[in-house]
Amino acid sequence: MTIWAATDWYAFFFLLFALLACGFAAAVLFTSNIVRMAFYLTLSLGATAGLFFLAGAEFVGVMQLMIYVGGTLVLLVFGVMLTARAPFLSLRPRSGEWIVSLIAGGTLLFLLIASAFGVRNWRTASDSGPLPLAEAQTATAVGAGLTGVRVDRLNRDAAGHALSQLPHTDSGYLLPFVIVSVHLLVVLVGAAYLARAKVRRRSATESTASVEG
Amino acid sequence: MVRERFPDQVRYASCVEHVIESAAVAEFLVHTLSLPAPLAYLLAALIHCGFILGLVAAGAVVFIWAERKVSGRIQDRLGPTRTGGKFGWLQSPADGIKVLAKEDLIPRAADRLLFRAAPYVSFSSSFTAYLALPFADGWVAFDTNVAVFFILAVLGLEVFGVILAGYASGSKWSLFGAMREAAQVVSYEVPLGICVVIPVLLTGTMNLTTIANMQAGWCSNWLIFHDPFTFAVFWIYATCALASVNRAPFDLAEAESELVAGFMTEYSGMRWSLFFMAEYSSMLLVSCLAVILFFGGWHGPIPVFDWLGWAYPGGASSWQLTGFLANLAGCVNFITKAVIGVTVMLWIRWTLPRLRIDQVMTMCLKYCVPLAAICFIGALWWQVAGWWSPNHWLPLRPDGPGGMRETWVVAPEAACGEVARRLPWADSAPPHGAARRTLPGCGLAGPPAGWRTGSPAAARGGVQ
Amino acid sequence: MCGLLAQITVSHYLVVGAVLFVTGVLCMATKRNALGVLMGIELLLNGANVNFVAFGSKLLRADALGLDGQLIPLFVIVLAAAEAAVALAIALNFYNNHTTVDVDKAEELKG
Repeated sequence: MTIWAATDWYAFFFLLFALLACGFAAAVLFTSNIVRMAFYLTLSLGATAGLFFLAGAEFVGVMQLMIYVGGTLVLLVFGVMLTARAPFLSLRPRSGEWIVSLIAGGTLLFLLIASAFGVRNWRTASDSGPLPLAEAQTATAVGAGLTGVRVDRLNRDAAGHALSQLPHTDSGYLLPFVIVSVHLLVVLVGAAYLARAKVRRRSATESTASVEG
Repeated sequence: MVRERFPDQVRYASCVEHVIESAAVAEFLVHTLSLPAPLAYLLAALIHCGFILGLVAAGAVVFIWAERKVSGRIQDRLGPTRTGGKFGWLQSPADGIKVLAKEDLIPRAADRLLFRAAPYVSFSSSFTAYLALPFADGWVAFDTNVAVFFILAVLGLEVFGVILAGYASGSKWSLFGAMREAAQVVSYEVPLGICVVIPVLLTGTMNLTTIANMQAGWCSNWLIFHDPFTFAVFWIYATCALASVNRAPFDLAEAESELVAGFMTEYSGMRWSLFFMAEYSSMLLVSCLAVILFFGGWHGPIPVFDWLGWAYPGGASSWQLTGFLANLAGCVNFITKAVIGVTVMLWIRWTLPRLRIDQVMTMCLKYCVPLAAICFIGALWWQVAGWWSPNHWLPLRPDGPGGMRETWVVAPEAACGEVARRLPWADSAPPHGAARRTLPGCGLAGPPAGWRTGSPAAARGGVQ
Repeated sequence: MCGLLAQITVSHYLVVGAVLFVTGVLCMATKRNALGVLMGIELLLNGANVNFVAFGSKLLRADALGLDGQLIPLFVIVLAAAEAAVALAIALNFYNNHTTVDVDKAEELKG
């Protein structure tokens, strides 16, 4: 029974997801087969979504699963399949590149980890302890923030009740949200155009070539 | 509860509950059996997973048998009759044993690792989606505020297994099937998402438990009857769901007359049956989702348990026999509705011919997306204009979230203050447990209520 | 496990973010397949997202960044989707023109 009293599921799940995320990220790095890389990347990003859930960011975690894993990566796999011919399936970097990049990467990693543990506020939990679950649920607040209402910045009275007035200058993330939506639309149309145009021209040149031939 | 008992282990209560929301079972284990909290959480999580896995497996067994019987009847045959008695009800277990005993072949051209992994990706994603699906009030493994979104996202991952299977098989048929499936599922996610957003919009939350509870009472309160647009959008949802779980007439990925068996061509034995189980469990899943979003979830057409006063009142945190019985009946009610949905899918499969791939894409992009978008705007308009809804002539019980939505529909002005009062940020620290049973997030109607009227009272206390 | 990690803090998340970031950078540097480079970018952005979420998580520290820590990753995810679409279109274009996806072959602009 003592082992159960000492078990911390939060630490367990953190460790599990962290190892999955980092392990499969390394697998992406060290595999040369492009399709396997895509598969490992999926698992790594999925494990990161698990980390987001653990950190209380449910909405971000689900967005990660929906857009990143379900959308972007499917797109990537499409690209991989459209360009996957035997000679490009596994393009290996030269060994000299490996050595240089591993040295550089190791240094960078060391620096980042050292700085991650370098700040006292990051290393320790706060004195007041974590918030209760009800306060930690953020999906609604995130949605409100995207539509321009920062519920976490409501003015509060002495008893902690939220007052109605929001600061008038604070429109939350409404403007970035609109901009990013339009941006996404433009980018998707542009990408579709970019991917189509060459095919058309090539088929046109091919047809003229065949006419000339 | 756990929090008071183990003040030094607040993290379990706040975080593990978050991950494997097993609070009810875990509380029972801690209090009644006095197990240590970590062990209790482990057992609770295992119990939840066992239940879901049992449901998925039993569902697959039953639906495979039902598919044979339904197809038999539709084609004027009897279907299986011999195995295990009168209705051939042992046919699926017999098939299972046969499949287990088959040789497990891997083609030489296959990418062995991905070939082996693909069925598990498919199956585990369609299984994981059940974690966020409530079966009755509070009977949910992972009670999250983003349940609808979670289910859609995880269900969308199933396509990954199919793509991997198609690629890794090293066969042209498989690759064609996988590409078709990928294109189809990714396209149909768009209208499916728009359809699902409409109930979310009307209830103001993505929490499936709350969405279902808001439809308590008479069947007039079901969201499908909310207005003509939600009625229309259900049929769009049904079409898109059928396409996104890859069932006939949208089963292009495994079209046997064109592609042998599509992405499953090279699979045999246990791995093949994993794909099959994934397909049947996602059928059940989209059907369950439809029941919650449009057909009131576990709330029957007639509110028997509300009349009896058995259902858990909002905010209850202790176990009651009557509440348990009400939940049990609700669960049966819920699963019955879902099974009816799956049966309709079987019926459609054996009735309609398969579409061509260009027809599938036309269906999605030219019909489903615009229609869903029109319904989206229409439902919004109907709600804002406050036009007629069945709630006006068939009212439901005034307490509880269902009643709150009714107030919302019938008298939106009065409801605004009520919503603002129930929002998590209305008070600085809502009591734990209360926020779970009542409304964790009432959507966007909340903050603008106080924000718009500009009076502190509206934001703080609602209508006095 | 328990003695070492009894308390998961922001730092632990930052380490995961750092590992993802460095792997992403190395992927971008060493992969010769254009799509491999793209995958490196995804990993890198993901590492940054982990950091944001960790800084914003009220479960880790009550005085955390708050909602901003969750809203910014949303934008990063959406922008990553946009970036992937464009990069993929470019890669396909490159493949159509050069019938290869090896980025080392893209050297026409070299002086």
